[in-house]
Amino acid sequence: MDGLIALFLVQDGLINGAIYALMALALVLVFSVTRVIFVPQGELVAYGALTMAVLRAGGMPATLWLLLALAAATLALELWRQWRGGQVDWWSTALWCVGAPALAALAVWWQPQGLLAQALVVVLVVTPLGPLIYRLAFRPLSHATVLVLLIVSVALHGVLMGLGLWFFGAEGARTPPFSEARFDWGGLPVSGQSLVVLAATGVLVLAMFAFFEHTVLGKALRATAINRVGARLMGIPTELSGDLSFALAAFIGAVCGLLIAPITTIYYDTGFLIGLKGFVAAIIGGLSSYPVALLGALLVGQLEAFASFWASAFKEVLVFTLIIPVLLWRSLRSHHVEDEE
Amino acid sequence: MSERTREVSGAPAAAQVATAAPALRLTHRQLTLAAAALLALAWGWLPDFTVTLLNYIGLHALVALGLVLMTGIGGMTSFGQAAFVGLGAYATAWLCTAPEVAAALQGLPAALLPWAGLALGLALTFAVAWGLGAVTLRLGGHYLPLATIAWGLSLYFLFGNLSFLGGHTGLTGVPPLSLGAWTLADPRALGVLIWAVLLLVLWALHNLLDSRQGRAIRALKSGRVMAESMGVDTARQRTRVFVLAALLAALSGWLYAHLQRFVNPTPFNINIGIEYLFMAVVGGSGHLWGAVLGATLIALLKEQLQDWLPKIFGMSGNFEIIVFGLLMMWVLQRYAEGLWPTLAGWARRAGVVPTPQTLPPPMALPERPLPAPGTVLLEARDVTKRFGGLVANAQVSLQVRAGEVHALIGPNGAGKSTFFNMVSGVDDPTEGEVRLLGEPMTGRPARDFAARGLGRTFQHVRLLVQRSVLDNVMLGAHLRGRAGWLASMLWLERHEEAALQADALRQIERCGLSEYTHTPAGSLALGQQRIVEIARALAGHPALLLLDEPAAGLRHREKQALARLLDQLRRQGLGILIVEHDMEFVMNLADRITVLDFGTVIAHGTPAEVQRDPRVLQAYLGDDLGTGGAA
Repeated sequence: MDGLIALFLVQDGLINGAIYALMALALVLVFSVTRVIFVPQGELVAYGALTMAVLRAGGMPATLWLLLALAAATLALELWRQWRGGQVDWWSTALWCVGAPALAALAVWWQPQGLLAQALVVVLVVTPLGPLIYRLAFRPLSHATVLVLLIVSVALHGVLMGLGLWFFGAEGARTPPFSEARFDWGGLPVSGQSLVVLAATGVLVLAMFAFFEHTVLGKALRATAINRVGARLMGIPTELSGDLSFALAAFIGAVCGLLIAPITTIYYDTGFLIGLKGFVAAIIGGLSSYPVALLGALLVGQLEAFASFWASAFKEVLVFTLIIPVLLWRSLRSHHVEDEE
Repeated sequence: MSERTREVSGAPAAAQVATAAPALRLTHRQLTLAAAALLALAWGWLPDFTVTLLNYIGLHALVALGLVLMTGIGGMTSFGQAAFVGLGAYATAWLCTAPEVAAALQGLPAALLPWAGLALGLALTFAVAWGLGAVTLRLGGHYLPLATIAWGLSLYFLFGNLSFLGGHTGLTGVPPLSLGAWTLADPRALGVLIWAVLLLVLWALHNLLDSRQGRAIRALKSGRVMAESMGVDTARQRTRVFVLAALLAALSGWLYAHLQRFVNPTPFNINIGIEYLFMAVVGGSGHLWGAVLGATLIALLKEQLQDWLPKIFGMSGNFEIIVFGLLMMWVLQRYAEGLWPTLAGWARRAGVVPTPQTLPPPMALPERPLPAPGTVLLEARDVTKRFGGLVANAQVSLQVRAGEVHALIGPNGAGKSTFFNMVSGVDDPTEGEVRLLGEPMTGRPARDFAARGLGRTFQHVRLLVQRSVLDNVMLGAHLRGRAGWLASMLWLERHEEAALQADALRQIERCGLSEYTHTPAGSLALGQQRIVEIARALAGHPALLLLDEPAAGLRHREKQALARLLDQLRRQGLGILIVEHDMEFVMNLADRITVLDFGTVIAHGTPAEVQRDPRVLQAYLGDDLGTGGAA
């Protein structure tokens, strides 16, 4: 291997690492706020990428029908809860079950031709899926153990992946890059799309940081993550935190899909692998530390890039095996057993 | 079968079954044996299609059984069981077909090769599962399942990319099994072996769960701190459960390879691993027979779906997973226990009764002599605990002697619970030292405290709410027994079990709970549950008893009975450290009192001395006496 190839691999790893970093952030966010290990995060990436591909081809994305169906189901569920004497927050329900889907439908119907406008449509379609999924699948189980929530999460992954196959077929898709520019940095070819990925990741990470540090909503989410009961006693509705964290996760999923689809061909089941690599990074951060998860994601990206050069058939094996030494390291640091919720 | 209520010699059997209409009056065991006999008789006449289906149900149930043990009973789970099935299948397929093996094992008759394959598969699986368990099971419960997803995917990619395993096409020409002169080439013949193995495993697991080790496994699910305090090495117990589940999966894979006669990576995919978990969850992950029910339901459903789904979706593909996933979410939201309890309820109404328990005469358990009265049992020297900048305990020193009741009191937030955690091995002091019977205990886990003679109760009651009072109390005697997993599976430890049970019954009687012996612990009043915790602690025959607010929630008479019990224990030579807010109770009972406030000891002495201490009065009543509410 010469220096140029190494640099090329580093660049490759950096780009994939950026995507994994976003995934890891979303996973840590959802887990710390709702205790849900959101395995289907990866499916949302595939939905984002493939919805974009359908829009490019001038088609009608089936994800919109999924969104409308989930909105109707959630509305029915909330009405039923109201009828059974439960407390329903109709403002947020109206937002996620009526407002957001209507906006998404309008956006699709508007049929924009520009790349960025289409990306916006994708984000509008995929983001509301998060809170609707949360309300249908996880909120009824909000008192269940992490383990049960994880099992539901994996079941949901299966459902969304099966639906993905139905919606988009078994063929993969690629979308055009957001930037066609090409640079030559001392012999190393750098594509504009790579820079777009890095820039978008940087902006999102900074935006999330600002959101958590400087907005009331962000602080409320953090409070919920630290202590659910305490946050509720302080008047922060934990269910709304659930909506919000799932919306953010779905938004990040959609953006990741948009960013990666010009670089790699995305199939209906590619998202799962991308999501799992985000998991490896999140686990390096103990599912709780954002900065460590970010570093973990960069590590996963590099490992993958170099593994694909030396032993491309065993690329996935090597990446997923990384979690064993990571877990060993975490395990050696813990002394006393602790009870889980 | 796994949810039978126990009947004990001396307990009126009629009282338990009087409500059931005795239309049938079969015991669980009779029903199981009858069903097995029926299956055996019909086996030769069943159509080929049914035999094939039953074979797969048997193979899948074997894997799902391991998941039941893990998920519903042990409180862990795995999505990667299919990979272990693959390990078992590939090990035997490779060993039976590879030319290099044939060259190396020339002396071995061909008929023995599959058995060598079984040994190889089990050995590999053992190593992998033990390694995965060792690195994940000390951590929180969700790390193991996440690691199994990663591991399941890795192994699948590995199978598909290793040329000596045939890549994605796999290995063909796997020979049939033979038992002596019989060759089990016919699926109908191999099916007999599959179902014999399954029933044998069911029997062994049923025995295991109804034993000392089984109680320890159940304890894993409802909080590891409690299990550790009873002397259970939770990390080791969890690893063993996981390894056992993995070995069952490998066994299923071995049978599968010799049934199918070829292997390729597809059936060991992570999706299939998830399907195994569906079976356990849908069938009932807390019940051994739930695995068989789940495997049957999923097999029948899959059979139907494979006809219907391509028509509905207009294309072929793995669409079952949509239906299975929705089904699983629905079951978890509506029937958290799976469908087996519903089926068991029908059987109960039809008159099927639990098998009466028969135990042989008890053996004599080794008895540890109590230390002489006055011996220092527990000593805390200058114990300090900091959480970041907060000092929860500052240089707390305290001694508890055999034959005395020592009370630790103080207002809320004084640091009593923190101190309790440090003298029971739940947490380590930042500075200072805790000694138990003269031995320094810093850094030792709670189970070592239990092994040295410490029994404890919890401020927030930690019982296995669905299990009977007797089962809960017997868990407290965990360290008094010796029987291991194998002895428990084969029920070779019944003499010991009888001794543990007899002793637990004595403790229950001593604590005045005899009428609730077979009641689920969760259905008792909170005050009674606290007494069950005391009985559980006593079942370990401790030298030192730590009681965390034992009188909370008790009525006046119950408090008096508790005081009498503690007084009696003190006379027997036990040392008791008690945290309690009921001052009347404490002042009448305690020999000595230590008062904590803001993490420091503000007074120490006899009840009379402490009551006169001005700092105590100030701490409890505030500066101007009489305005604040005393605890």
